[in-house]
Amino acid sequence: MSPAKNQLHLLWRAGFGPDLKSYENFSAKSPAEIFDKMLLSSSTQPEMLKVFSPDSGEFRDVVREGLKGGITTQQRAAFRQKNREGFKELNLLWLDQMVNSDAQLREKMALFWHGHFACRVNNILYQQELLHIIRENALGDFRTLLTAVSRSAAMLAFLNNQQNRKKKPNENFARELMELFTMGRGNYSEIDVKESARAFTGWGFDLQGKFIFRPALHDGGEKIFLGEKGNFTGDDIIRVILEQKKTSFYISKKIASFFAGTELPERIIQPLAEIFYKSKYDIAVLLKSIFTSSWFYEENYSGNRIKSPVEWLVGIRRTLPFSGDQNNWQLIMEKLLGQVLFFPPNVAGWPGGINWIDSSTLMYRLRFPVLLNGGSAELGRPKEDDDVQMGRMEDDSASKSADTGLNKKISLSVNWSEYALQFESVPRNKLMEQIRSAILLTDNQKTDILEKYTDAGSRENYIRTLTIRLMSTPDYQLC
Amino acid sequence: MIKRRKFIQGSSLFAGSLMVPRFLKALEAQPAEAGRQKSLVIIQLSGGNDGLNTVIPVRNDIYYRSRPGIAIKSADGLAISDEAAIHPSLSAFKELYDEGYLSVANSVGYPNPDRSHFRSMDIWQSASGSDKYISTGWLGRYLDAMCSGCDHPSQILELDDTLSLALKGEANKGIALRDPRRLYNSTRDQFYQEVLDSVKVPEKEAAAEYLYKTMASTISSAGYIFEQSRVKPSSHSYPSTALAQGLKNIAGLINSDINTRVYYISLGSFDSHAGQNNLQTRLFRELNDAVKAFTTDLKQSKRFDDVIIFTFSEFGRRVNQNASNGTDHGTANNMFFISGALKQKGMINPLPDLADLQDGDLKYTIDFRDIYATVLHSWLGADDRSILGRSSEYLQFI
Repeated sequence: MSPAKNQLHLLWRAGFGPDLKSYENFSAKSPAEIFDKMLLSSSTQPEMLKVFSPDSGEFRDVVREGLKGGITTQQRAAFRQKNREGFKELNLLWLDQMVNSDAQLREKMALFWHGHFACRVNNILYQQELLHIIRENALGDFRTLLTAVSRSAAMLAFLNNQQNRKKKPNENFARELMELFTMGRGNYSEIDVKESARAFTGWGFDLQGKFIFRPALHDGGEKIFLGEKGNFTGDDIIRVILEQKKTSFYISKKIASFFAGTELPERIIQPLAEIFYKSKYDIAVLLKSIFTSSWFYEENYSGNRIKSPVEWLVGIRRTLPFSGDQNNWQLIMEKLLGQVLFFPPNVAGWPGGINWIDSSTLMYRLRFPVLLNGGSAELGRPKEDDDVQMGRMEDDSASKSADTGLNKKISLSVNWSEYALQFESVPRNKLMEQIRSAILLTDNQKTDILEKYTDAGSRENYIRTLTIRLMSTPDYQLC
Repeated sequence: MIKRRKFIQGSSLFAGSLMVPRFLKALEAQPAEAGRQKSLVIIQLSGGNDGLNTVIPVRNDIYYRSRPGIAIKSADGLAISDEAAIHPSLSAFKELYDEGYLSVANSVGYPNPDRSHFRSMDIWQSASGSDKYISTGWLGRYLDAMCSGCDHPSQILELDDTLSLALKGEANKGIALRDPRRLYNSTRDQFYQEVLDSVKVPEKEAAAEYLYKTMASTISSAGYIFEQSRVKPSSHSYPSTALAQGLKNIAGLINSDINTRVYYISLGSFDSHAGQNNLQTRLFRELNDAVKAFTTDLKQSKRFDDVIIFTFSEFGRRVNQNASNGTDHGTANNMFFISGALKQKGMINPLPDLADLQDGDLKYTIDFRDIYATVLHSWLGADDRSILGRSSEYLQFI
C-alpha cells in the first residue's frame, strides 16, 4: 500500500482515525515511527474520569443504595437518578477522551479491554473505578491489569464473587476468568473451574467498593488446579493461568484479530504469542509487534473491518469540527447502533464485525451524515434498557418515554468553514481525490456518481457535500 | 402452483440454477398456497411481567399471604377456572379464553435462571442455556434456514426502530420497521441506488460485500414490504398506542401475499419494583385493547386460524412482594397463546406450585425452548433441531 494509505490504516486501527492535524504531523514517516510516536503520546498516566468523588458522602450513600441498605424511598430514587446520570456523564467524558486525547492508542486499547472485561453492573462508582483500572493499564502489564480487574468491585459484583463462600462456592467468576478473560474454552476442565472457585472464596469488596479478603469465608484447603497442587488463593490461580502458554495465545489472538479485523491464521498468531509470553505479558510489546509487522500493511487487512458504533461516532467527531451540544446525539446514536458504553450485551462483550450491521443500523449510519448539514430530525427511537431504568417508571405514569431528558431528535452543528480550511492549498481539480482518500480507505466509490450528488456551487459547499456523501456510503463503515 | 414450482426446478436443471431469477427462488421457497400461509406474532413483555398477578391463583392462600399489598382479590379477577383468574384489565383475554382461542402455559423457564433483565432476555432471545453466550437469535437462525440466498429477509419482521437479538441470524438478519411507509421513505435517497448500481465489490472483501448486500436487500425489501402493505391494509379501528398501531400494520401484511412468517413486537416496561398494580394495569390495558382490536380484525378477515400470537417475558417475579408494593426479579413465568387454531385450549399445565419454591422463586416445569421448538416444528414447519441445537419435547397445543 502507499505510505499515505499505510498511515491512514494505522491511525484508524491504533486509534480512532485521523484528526485535522494528523496529516501534517505524520507525513513522510514510516509506520514504525508513527507507532512509536503514538506509544509515546500514550505513555503518561491518564487522569481518572470522575463523575463521583469517592470521598464524598454521596459515594457512601450510593454504595449503600447499591447494596440496598436502609435509606428512604425518596433518597433511593434520588440516588438512582444520580446513578443513571452518572452513567451518561462517564460515557460522554470517555468519548471526549477518545476524540480529543493524543493518547489515541491507550484509549483504543481501553475500548478493547472494555469489551474484553465486559461488565454490566448498575453502579456508576464501581464502573468508574473499573474504567480507570482499564485505562491505566491498557498498554501496561497484562498481569497487573487482570489482577486489578479481578479485584474490582464491579467485576466481583457482576460475576457474583461476593457470594463465593467456602460453604457455598459460586463458580461464576472462576469460570469466566478462564473461558473469556484468559485461556478460552477447551483448555481447562470442570474440575479446574470448581477448584479455582474455591481459591477465590473470600474475595469481595466493602461498602466503599474497595477490595477485601474475608478469611472466614475463604476455603484454605488444598486445591488441584491445572495439574498444580497447593493451598491456592485467587492470586495463585492468576499466576498459574498466566504460566500457561495458552493464555498468551488466547490474548494475542484476540488482540491481533481485533486490530486485523478478521480471524488470523495460526502462523501469524504463534510468533506474537511467543513474544507476548517472553515479554511477561507486556501489552505494548505485543502491540508493537502487530503494528510493525508487514502482514498488517497488506491490502487484505486494510478497509476490511467494520467500525464499531463508538469508533464510527468518535471517528466522525475527529474528522469534523462540531459546535454546540454533543451529548444528546452521541447517546442516541450509541443506542440506535447498538453499543452503549458500560452496557455490553453480556460478559462475552460485543460480538463485533458484521454483527454491528443489520438493515436498521446500516440505514441509520447511512442517513446520519445528511444531518451534518444542520437542522434537526429524528432518525429513530431506541429501545429502553430495563437494567438502566431499574423500574423507574414504577409510579410515574407520565414518563412513558422514560429516558430522562433524551430528546430523540438529533441536531448537529458543524463548522464547515473551519473544516474546509485544511484543504485550502489543494487545487480545485484535486479536491475530489484528496477528500476521498482522507475519508475512505477503500476505492469502491465511483467519482462520477459522487460528482453528481455534490454541490459544486462554491468551494466550501463542494467540500461539505462531498464529505457528507462519502460518509453516507457503505465504505465509510469500514476502516 | 405445484406444477409451476416443479417446472422452475426442472428447468433450472437444464439451464443451470443461475438462470432462475433470484426473486423467483425466494418466492418458490414459500409454501405454495399464497395468502393462506401460517404466521406467528410474538409479543414481548419487556422488563419482567409478574405472572402471578397475570394468571392469578385465586384459591391459593400462599399467594395471598405472600402479597398482602398487591394480591388481586378473587372477586376482582376474571375467572377462567375454579382455581385461576385473569388480571381484571385483560378482559379480551378472558373472552378469547371462553371462546377457546386462548391457552396458557405455566411455569415456563430454564435451568439456573438469571435475574438480570438483559442477560435473561439474551437467553430467551438467543435460546441459549444460561451457561452459554450465543450471538445469534432463534428467529434469526430460523431465517438463515429459510432464506439462504433469498432476496428479502422479510420472513421475520420486528415492529420497532431497532432490531432485537432474537431476529439476528448468522448469515441473515430480519428487518425492523415501525411502519412500512417510514422504512420505505428512509431508503429513497437516489444516491443509495446509484452507489449500489455502480459499485462492484471484489468478492474477497467479505465485510464490504456484507455491507453492500445488506444495503441492497434493505432497499429492495423496504419497497417490497411497502408494496405489500398497500395491497389490503387493515381498515379496522385500532387504538393509537404504538403496540396497537404495530399490530394494525401486521394485520395488513398478513392480508397480503408477503413472505413474512414471524412478526415481533414489544411492550414495556413491566419492571414493577414499586407500585406494581398501577403500572401493570396501565400496560395491560394497552395490551388488552391492542390484542382485542387485532384478534377482532383477524376474525373478520378470516385469518384467525392462520395466526398464532404468543406472549413472553424475560422472567417472572418473586412470589413475595417487597416493601414498596412491588415485586423483584424472579424466574419462571406464564405465556399466553392466542389463535383460532389451538389444539389444546385453556391451561396446558397446572398452575405453579407455590409450596415448592427455589429460594423464594417458582421452579420451571416447561423449558421455553420446548415452546420454541413446538412453534417452529408444528406451526412453521421448520427444523427446530438444527435451529435450536437441541432435541426438544413438542407440546400439544398446536
